[in-house]
Amino acid sequence: MKTDQGNSESATVRLTIDGQRVEVPDGSVVLQAAEKIGIKIPRLCYHPDLSLEGACRVCIVEVEGIDFYVASCSVPVREGMVVATNSPAIRRARRDIVELLLDNHPRDCQTCERDGNCELQNLAYAMGVRERLFEGRRKNPTADESGSAVVRHPEKCILCGRCVRVCSEIQGVFNLSQHYRGFNTVVGPAELGPMDESVCIQCGQCINVCPTAAFLEKNNTEAVWAALADPEVHVVVQTAPSIRAAIGEGFGLPVGTPATGKMITALRRLGFDAVFDTNLGADLTIVEEAHELVRRLEGGGPLPLLTSCSPGWINFLEKFYPELIEHASTCKSPMSMLSTLVREYYAPRHKIDPKRIFSVAVMPCVAKKYEAARPEHLAPDGRPYTDAVLTTRELIWMIQCYGIDFSRLPNDLFDRPLGLSSGAGDIFGTTGGVTEAALRTAAEMVGGETVGRIEFLSVRGVEGLKEAPVRLGDKELLVAVANGLNNAKRALEAAAAGRRRYHLVEVMACPGGCIGGGGQPYPPRGTKILDPEILQRRAAALYQIDDNKQLRRSHDNPAVKELYADFLGRPGGEVSHRLLHTEYRAREPRGIR
Amino acid sequence: MNRSSTDNWPAVREASRKALPPAVLDFIEECREREHPKSALIAVLHRVQDECGHLGRDQLNAVAQLLQVPTARVYGAATFYHFFRLRPRGRFLISVCLGTACYVKGADQVNRRLMEELGVGLGETTADGLFSLETTRCLGTCGLAPVIMINDNVHGPLKPDDIPGLLERYIQRARKEEAGGKT
Ligand code: SF4
Ligand code: SF4
Ligand code: SF4
Ligand code: FES
Ligand code: FES
Repeated sequence: MKTDQGNSESATVRLTIDGQRVEVPDGSVVLQAAEKIGIKIPRLCYHPDLSLEGACRVCIVEVEGIDFYVASCSVPVREGMVVATNSPAIRRARRDIVELLLDNHPRDCQTCERDGNCELQNLAYAMGVRERLFEGRRKNPTADESGSAVVRHPEKCILCGRCVRVCSEIQGVFNLSQHYRGFNTVVGPAELGPMDESVCIQCGQCINVCPTAAFLEKNNTEAVWAALADPEVHVVVQTAPSIRAAIGEGFGLPVGTPATGKMITALRRLGFDAVFDTNLGADLTIVEEAHELVRRLEGGGPLPLLTSCSPGWINFLEKFYPELIEHASTCKSPMSMLSTLVREYYAPRHKIDPKRIFSVAVMPCVAKKYEAARPEHLAPDGRPYTDAVLTTRELIWMIQCYGIDFSRLPNDLFDRPLGLSSGAGDIFGTTGGVTEAALRTAAEMVGGETVGRIEFLSVRGVEGLKEAPVRLGDKELLVAVANGLNNAKRALEAAAAGRRRYHLVEVMACPGGCIGGGGQPYPPRGTKILDPEILQRRAAALYQIDDNKQLRRSHDNPAVKELYADFLGRPGGEVSHRLLHTEYRAREPRGIR
Repeated sequence: MNRSSTDNWPAVREASRKALPPAVLDFIEECREREHPKSALIAVLHRVQDECGHLGRDQLNAVAQLLQVPTARVYGAATFYHFFRLRPRGRFLISVCLGTACYVKGADQVNRRLMEELGVGLGETTADGLFSLETTRCLGTCGLAPVIMINDNVHGPLKPDDIPGLLERYIQRARKEEAGGKT
């Protein structure tokens, strides 16, 4: 990622914007300088973490001495520059530009998935577009609803290019590009083919950054409503760690408000028969993965161990780095572990016919929809262990649809035993959390000192790739933590080239980890998607929950102990191997890295 | 780090090599030795079209793998330039003249009728591989305007209603040739 801060020695430039003087580092663009004095120039294609596109022209301003309007997102500041952002002429021109963007756009707002949180809609309103003056020829590109996780509605695309850039610059997947030219331009995967047959790893970040409804997650709410309405079906739900840290945003609570209790109440009111916590799956993952790490450190398998809980990352591994598959932990993701236990453990114990169980998972993650459908995660009867995956956004919508006044709900607790978890499970939702949690448990296994909060240091120049030396028993380990797949690439290349001898590499496909997942709430109006501050506040909520828990280590969780004693045997044992572990294989199309 | 049998690169590389003629493979090899191999994409696509007549799916995917340029970018470039053909050209190439004289005499209606009858847009080929539709500038036969050319034959002056019968003649001709075992 690019950072906006120039270093302190670098020269500064003084300019005047709307009569106010401002001093900014050399190399800034006019739009950034304006932000510094509280002027937010409208923008669409610009995103501070992505390269400049300069495609939409919504950000135009007047600069003294230049007799045409310039795009403030792409024009560097110059000493003595005089800029006007707000003359009547410029406001009219800006409104015209937005009207032209709309001229071939469907008039679908009331029936559109993004109604109410669409950047184009908000922008049109803010610019004062109240009439459709131009009615241009409509584009009619074919939609692709075939994907198990990501669907495309290119008729809503305004060609800002943000998805193309996030997919290549942050995720290193390069799955998207513009096809054809001019009016016929369509953004999509190679050949505009089906998403699931492309090199897409289903992270959903294109959905996050798209200002409109051109990319969306596959909607799975219908199946869930149907199960909830059927008295014969026993509907079980689990929620991932990062849902509780973000769901409140959908109901106007400040970003970073932990909302575990209200979320559970809302799920019960929707009619779920049992509300479990993916955190328990996370605790199990940690115990199994810590065991795997210790075994490998003792010579039983290749190092570094690569974590496996992020399905977007697993897709990436299989498509881009298949030769490293045997480094990956064989642990199923926490979601899949818990879903497996719902059928294989919970159902028989409670004398519920597994056929009557419908297992729903609420995830911050779009790739989990794909994971749930993978053949590796089918139960012996051929049905998937996880019947439906909802994103945070989909659950928020269901709660709204049901007329539940979320912010006024009382608190409730998860059901036992699959709802009891340690704080280690909570921090799974943020980058670095898996590593910290796994090391807390691994330390116990090797009889060493407890591992406290790890201070990771950023690898120089790279936000999103961190490493730290950690003492584990009598060994000194080097662990790396990457979020965003471009950063994962860096860690893998460094390890492959022998520049770094990592023992453990944690990878989360999404920026910031699951809290920045492709299925998390769209940011509040006027803020940018993937704003580091939003991610930080969501992460802080998870660390706060962890700090407030008595139970901090996964293996201390009584539910985990009980599961091993009654059912699973020992970590890495025969039963847990059969139920809690999985396998991977190279997948095509092979990614270009 | 361990590299293991789970690697599919040897197989992908082999399959990619099989999809391209030797001349193209040599050219890609040459490009890879240059300083910016990826900037050779357009040149490589030209070579493929020269050798194969069009850019097929297998060829485009193979170029992506061997040149290590993301597949979406390869398709982006191949669809951006009108010069590149993504499907084999039809047996009969129809060029609709949109020169001034033809235009004034209603070439646009003729063109629209052609698209309707064939069910394809400009630059496209019918699913049965019989017809490709393209436009051209003045063919030098303005006296016959509006005109279209089908392979080497000029047809004009045409009214939209002449189109179905004309196409039918070519379809019959193709049938006869097939029945006669000729290609
Ligand atoms: S994408 Fe936005 S502007 Fe377009 S129809 Fe949907 S809500 Fe309306
Ligand atoms: S889901 Fe992720 S990998 Fe797939 S196209 Fe979108 S950004 Fe790229
Ligand atoms: S799909 Fe969305 S993000 Fe991508 S170019 Fe179109 S409008 Fe922009
Ligand atoms: S935001 Fe500046 S050109 Fe799009
Ligand atoms: S304009 Fe058509 S032949 Fe001259």
